[in-house]
Amino acid sequence: MNAVELAPPAPVPLVEEPENYLSVSHTVASWLLTTDHKRIGILYLYSILFFFVIASFAAATMRLELLNPQGGLVLSETYNKLFTIHGVLMVWFFLIPSIPAVLGNFIIPMMIGARDVAFPKLNLMSWYIFIGGGLFALYSIVSGGVDTGWTFYTPFSSTYSNTHVIAMAAGVFVAGFSTIITGLNFIVTIHKMRAPGMTWFRLPLFIWSLYSTSVIMVLATPVLAITLALLSLERFWGIGIFDPKLGGDPVLFQHLFWFYSHPAVYIMILPGMGVISEIIPCFARKKIFGYHFVAFSSVAIAVLGFLVWGHHMFVSSQSVYAGLIFSLLSFIVSVPSAIKVFNWTATLYKGSISFDTPMLYAFGFIGLFTIGGLTGLFLACLGADVHLHDTYFVVAHFHYIMVGGMVMAFMGGLHYWWPKITGRMYPELMGRLAALITFIGFNFTFFPQFLLGYLGMPRRYHTYPPEFQIFHVLSTAGASILGVGYALPVIYFLYSLRNGKRAGANPWNATGLEWQTPSPPPKDNFARVPVVKREPYDYSPFEKERTQNV
Amino acid sequence: MSEKSAAVAHQFETIEQQREAATLGMWVFLATEVLFFGGLFMGYTYTRWSYPYTFEQASHHLDATIGGINTAVLLLSSLMMALAVKSAQLGKRKPLVTYLLLTALLGMVFLGFKALEYHEDYVDHIVPGIRGFNFEGGSPRHAELFFWIYFAMTGLHAIHVTAGIIVITVMAVLAWRRSFSSEHFMSVEVTGLYWHFVDIVWVFLFPLLYLAGHR
Amino acid sequence: MILPTRFYIKVCAALFALLALTWGLAYVDLGSLNLGIAMGISIAKAVLIMLFFMHVRDSGRLVQLVACAGFFWLLILLGLAMSDYQSRGWVPTRRPDLSQSHPASKGEVPRGL
Repeated sequence: MNAVELAPPAPVPLVEEPENYLSVSHTVASWLLTTDHKRIGILYLYSILFFFVIASFAAATMRLELLNPQGGLVLSETYNKLFTIHGVLMVWFFLIPSIPAVLGNFIIPMMIGARDVAFPKLNLMSWYIFIGGGLFALYSIVSGGVDTGWTFYTPFSSTYSNTHVIAMAAGVFVAGFSTIITGLNFIVTIHKMRAPGMTWFRLPLFIWSLYSTSVIMVLATPVLAITLALLSLERFWGIGIFDPKLGGDPVLFQHLFWFYSHPAVYIMILPGMGVISEIIPCFARKKIFGYHFVAFSSVAIAVLGFLVWGHHMFVSSQSVYAGLIFSLLSFIVSVPSAIKVFNWTATLYKGSISFDTPMLYAFGFIGLFTIGGLTGLFLACLGADVHLHDTYFVVAHFHYIMVGGMVMAFMGGLHYWWPKITGRMYPELMGRLAALITFIGFNFTFFPQFLLGYLGMPRRYHTYPPEFQIFHVLSTAGASILGVGYALPVIYFLYSLRNGKRAGANPWNATGLEWQTPSPPPKDNFARVPVVKREPYDYSPFEKERTQNV
Repeated sequence: MSEKSAAVAHQFETIEQQREAATLGMWVFLATEVLFFGGLFMGYTYTRWSYPYTFEQASHHLDATIGGINTAVLLLSSLMMALAVKSAQLGKRKPLVTYLLLTALLGMVFLGFKALEYHEDYVDHIVPGIRGFNFEGGSPRHAELFFWIYFAMTGLHAIHVTAGIIVITVMAVLAWRRSFSSEHFMSVEVTGLYWHFVDIVWVFLFPLLYLAGHR
Repeated sequence: MILPTRFYIKVCAALFALLALTWGLAYVDLGSLNLGIAMGISIAKAVLIMLFFMHVRDSGRLVQLVACAGFFWLLILLGLAMSDYQSRGWVPTRRPDLSQSHPASKGEVPRGL
């Protein structure tokens, strides 16, 4: 007989929390050395938020400066640095990585039924490269900034500017490789790692959008890299390729720069369109109208987007005949985007619409993107562009698309997938409030700028005739409201991490493989490889609990 | 031939899937490289269109004989690389190592000739950006543009060659250590794709830079 | 697909033959055709290398598409950008008489309209 008395067994907890990708380890090393696409997405989220804040401060300072026709808050040189930093950081360190590197990284493997992306270690490397580029950019800012505008036009940037151009160019160059690697990873992942039964036309439209985005990333970004390298060589050694005094041509720089930068704006909007294509069917409880049209439109935008760059150069001494071709192509490229807007609208028709936060952002996107897109057509007209080029009209146009469109889509996507990413619900009322505040603030900020531009106010100027002041005051007032609209989600998202209601696997009752996993998902996403048999977006008016899609 | 267990990376289901992904990944990367060099080709195209006569004059200053030999060296190295991949496909370790080393060796011969050339250019005072650039011809400034483009394109290419040599040498070491088998050799194949691409770039650079003007 | 060694050697021989052709062409003055033909020969070399050394001929359609995509996109850049320069109507540069010791001292900077 055993004299030792065994202690009674420890009480078994009533509810066992399953292991998920967050709880699997809490060490710093497990984050910084992770190859899990979900953790990498979160690393990117914090990184881009950091740069967004800096760029927003630059914008806020600019808007304060513009309250007064004579300026007075900052020197002209400083103002030049502010709009440059705002542009560079927002474009390369916030918008371009936003949906692809955060939501794309997190969701793509889950949407296609894979355990991870094709090259997880490359994925991690892309984040470190992004940080490296960011460090160069920060160094440039801290040591005095750059005043060339985010477009780095020569010969000012190559010969005359006295600011830290090369450091900033290096930052963008390095960050560009992060983009290329991400795009490469997504292309191979989407081609080679779809679950059995997941044919191309069963893929969610988010995947089609991100695939098209990745094609652009991969083909356009290298040209930017070599252009910035040439710019740096010109600046450092005076090679002369962009300087007319030395036999070069500044318009050559513009051709090379815009060959990348126009497709870059499609890098910045296509993922947003992908998010909208996910949100609308879910909150209208209806299959997307014209799935094939939307899918092919994404590809068409990616391809056609490479053919229109000259519309940034209509008044640069580019040949009128080339201008004609670029103008025509610019009109054509608007067609696939319009097709998407029609299809989203048709999806809403006779749908069962609920006004949850993601849907509010989607509505905002459709309206504001449409306005932005239509004003793009104004600019695509050669004659009109002569009047509107380099005015606030252009500024308003691209902010309607990038902020009214892309940032709203990003917010919508973040709210939509937040329960999946964190396992928590955000407070719905706060969400709707923030969406509304953002929409109102946005329109007050940027609509007056259309009028300003049409009336002749140039961009990148911080002093102006007194008759423009009313528009600038409106715009700045709007910007302060917009700031509140952006600050609120930061607060309640952080709050939700601890105190939010716990989310189930599929709080929105949405279709898609990513909703078939627990929230937050386990490290390898799926317990076993799913087999896809159903068509995408098979929402039905007769609601029932969404069961396993296998 | 012994094989390291053909371990499939955890994100893949089968070794075929992994191999296809690696191949596709390398091809996508090569597409980015085409565009990367492509920017320089654009600079070349514009500058040559602007100053055709000076371009041809300046091109005569380059040593086309060395350029031609270098082209032959790279073409031969591509053959070696193709035979290396074939050896890997057949699981033949010693030929694989031999061909890989020959490829790397020919790559180094290429770099050696380039170093010789660059030295010659320095002696002839046609290296731009440093003191002493002297071009006896109609438009020294425009000739300087040509030489900048020449050094940028061949310099970028040489960097790629160097990276290739390093990777090929690493492959040779791994091959010696029996890391590959006839099922598991995708690293060799993918390295081969990269090396052939580097060769293709040079195939275009040679006539454009060295043979711009007829002799 | 495993190709016989002899085949690889034949491809390499063809490449060397094309190289000899490239070299020989440099000694013949065909005016503006020189560049076009030289590029054509280079393309032929590139195609041989891609089809056989890089196994594009035996790869799936996806790889073949990706293999062409880069070059095709580069042609977009070169083509559309040069269409700008060539349609501006700038005075084309003239090849100075080679018997002169110095061409026009202003160089060949194209003048605008």
